[in-house]
Amino acid sequence: MRTSTRTRRRAVVVAAVVALGAGLLGGCAEDSDEGTGGSGGGKENAQGKTTLEIGTFGVFGYKQAGLYDEYMKLNPDIVIKEDVTERNDTYYPELLTHLAANSGLQDIQAVEVGNINEIVTTQADKFEDLSKAPGVDKANWLDWKWAQGSTKDGRTVALGTDIGPMGLCYRKDLFKKAGLPTDREAVGKLWAGDWQKYVDAGKQYKAKGPKGTTFTDSAAGLFAAVNNGYAERFYDAGGELIYKDSPAVKTAWDLAMQAAEGGLTAKLKQFDKAWDQAYANGTFATVSCPPWMLGYIKEKAGTAGEDQWDVAAAPKPANWGGSFIGVPKAGKNKAEAIKLAAWLTAPEQQAKLFDKQASFPSTPPAYEMDVVSGAKNPYFGDAPTGQLFAEAAKGIPTLVIGPKDQQIGTAFGDVGILQVEQQGKSPAEGWKAALKEIDNAVDG
Amino acid sequence: MRPYTDQSGPAASPSSGDAVPDRPTAAVAAVERPVAAGDRRRKWRSRRYRWDTKYSPYAFVAPFFVFFAAFGVFPLLYTGWSSLHRVSLSAPNDMEWVGLHNYTRLLEDEFFWNALRNTFTIGVLSTVPQLLMALGIAHLLNYRLRASAFFRVAILTPYATSVAAATLVFVLLFGRDYGMINWALEGVGLGKVDWQSGTLSSQVAVSTIVIWRWTGYNALIYLAAMQAVPNDLYESAALDGATRWQQFLHVTIPSLRPTILFTVVVSTIGATQLFGEPLLFGGAGGQKGGASHQFQTLGLYLYEQGWFNFHLGRASAIAWAMFLILLIVAGVHLLIARRLRKSQ
Repeated sequence: MRTSTRTRRRAVVVAAVVALGAGLLGGCAEDSDEGTGGSGGGKENAQGKTTLEIGTFGVFGYKQAGLYDEYMKLNPDIVIKEDVTERNDTYYPELLTHLAANSGLQDIQAVEVGNINEIVTTQADKFEDLSKAPGVDKANWLDWKWAQGSTKDGRTVALGTDIGPMGLCYRKDLFKKAGLPTDREAVGKLWAGDWQKYVDAGKQYKAKGPKGTTFTDSAAGLFAAVNNGYAERFYDAGGELIYKDSPAVKTAWDLAMQAAEGGLTAKLKQFDKAWDQAYANGTFATVSCPPWMLGYIKEKAGTAGEDQWDVAAAPKPANWGGSFIGVPKAGKNKAEAIKLAAWLTAPEQQAKLFDKQASFPSTPPAYEMDVVSGAKNPYFGDAPTGQLFAEAAKGIPTLVIGPKDQQIGTAFGDVGILQVEQQGKSPAEGWKAALKEIDNAVDG
Repeated sequence: MRPYTDQSGPAASPSSGDAVPDRPTAAVAAVERPVAAGDRRRKWRSRRYRWDTKYSPYAFVAPFFVFFAAFGVFPLLYTGWSSLHRVSLSAPNDMEWVGLHNYTRLLEDEFFWNALRNTFTIGVLSTVPQLLMALGIAHLLNYRLRASAFFRVAILTPYATSVAAATLVFVLLFGRDYGMINWALEGVGLGKVDWQSGTLSSQVAVSTIVIWRWTGYNALIYLAAMQAVPNDLYESAALDGATRWQQFLHVTIPSLRPTILFTVVVSTIGATQLFGEPLLFGGAGGQKGGASHQFQTLGLYLYEQGWFNFHLGRASAIAWAMFLILLIVAGVHLLIARRLRKSQ
């Protein structure tokens, strides 16, 4: 009897060790499988179909606009799967580590405009060159968008998807009470060509506008909007840091300070909860808005804001946001992935995406298509958004983006300006704090 | 591996598996088989048995240590290794040796000292009221109460809430323009407070979230300890004419000393690693911990350096600095505990 207990016990130990060991190994195996084989594509299912996986962040809208279904119908051998990470701050570091490890990559990976420079300058050799891929025609894209996704020696790391040509959204009811024009043509003329005129309009609003409301949401938003209209803001074309005395930053800082100290802003931080609540309560009159922002405003301002919001041209054409998609070399179905990437970014598909999801095309041929040129937004008083944004898109300069662009922008917006706006510090103190912040971020 | 030849059938060696293998046995097997072979077998078996008692406990505890090595020790050492390098998240495999540069840089880094200061003040602001309240609540729950199980469960529910959910609700409560707390303050004639912008106000707000989540947990630990205090002590104290309060002070608290020390240690570790609450309280771009980093903790600063500024080497150095700080704190606790024991 004893023997059998002991044997049983030993058997249990062996079984436990084996099971745990197998579990560990299994865990690793599963992981590497997911890394190089599974998610990397190349999985052929029973029907011999090829699965392509796309890694995106936020809402790219391909699925919602039915583009995957359409492609799968056109190519019955392809199955498309989307892997969505909600926030780019989570998505991008993950993408970087996956690129470094050469595993865990999807067949197609999205890159946000704020990160595209870093990808192009440091990770270009990990991506396929898409410049000469079948179905890709450089002439289709806006020059600056194409340039942002390409290396200096002409390799195209990622193809442009959408862009964010900026308009200015404003509330007609509040403008009327403040004695400002409400017609979008007249409003556009009010500040055409110069952001100073916009701030001046704000001063008028401050004097006459309804109590408890402000002209705009945040000084940082204004700072970013002004900056985005220049070719060089934080970096010059040679890649040198020029944020300390570039005309873009100087102008934008000065205007932001006028707005912050003059009480023109609601002292909000964009994309905070309180910002959303302010939309719902209709307490600020203007916000700079790329096409993707229209949906955001509609969602947050809700039915209460219906017919109150409208969109006019911004003082200067500028870009805010937009993305790219690239094909990592570590993927298994590179040929099929390149085909899909080219198809998704072709003018026809970009136009469809705009129609369904309001992501604005980076390909001018799409602007001539009816779905874009004839587009009107009912929530914004039937504003001809297609024409308005297409006009802005054509005037956007080729913005030089550097590797630490995001960190520098945040240092100005979330630290320097916010200290003046919310904590009552002087502009000199705010400037000093922002520079210190940037030093800490760019210092290797 | 040697096959278990002698166990081809358990029935073949019914009596040989003894608890004390050295004791000579009148083996049934010996009758059927040559004596020499039986001896060898017995020796082998006894040796295996010794190995079994000697080594199988290690096999039982091994899984934990395997996991701990893979997910605890290795990351710890690797973090230490990368803290001696310049590493960027954009190229984590390109490590450039810089020696102790990341550490010496931290000494002059005012953002680091600010984060350390904040971690300390938020730690004090959250831990002290938390433990005092927990003690009080545990004392109340220790009385005979109707539906005591209900209260005990209720007190633990905040602990079971996710940090994210709780913090998001508190962000709304502490909102400057539309927050309920400011609405109440205005209602009683006190002005609005911009909770997030002020240094003290933001730290109080973050501490509130921590207190809300952890008080119940600590109260339950205290309660368990209180129920182990012998009743005789209270009875004799009552006979001596001690009031309830005096009983609490002179019987309950001294009996709870080791438990209190334990909760202090655990809360201190938790406070040093504070991360989720301030991150989510900061809203968009929460890793900065406010415009002036007024509620940026060490955990947040580590995250900002590593995953926002992409300086992995520096982030690793911060992680190790936190580790060293915890070791120092643990040392201090140990000294205090020893002193307490002596004074008893």
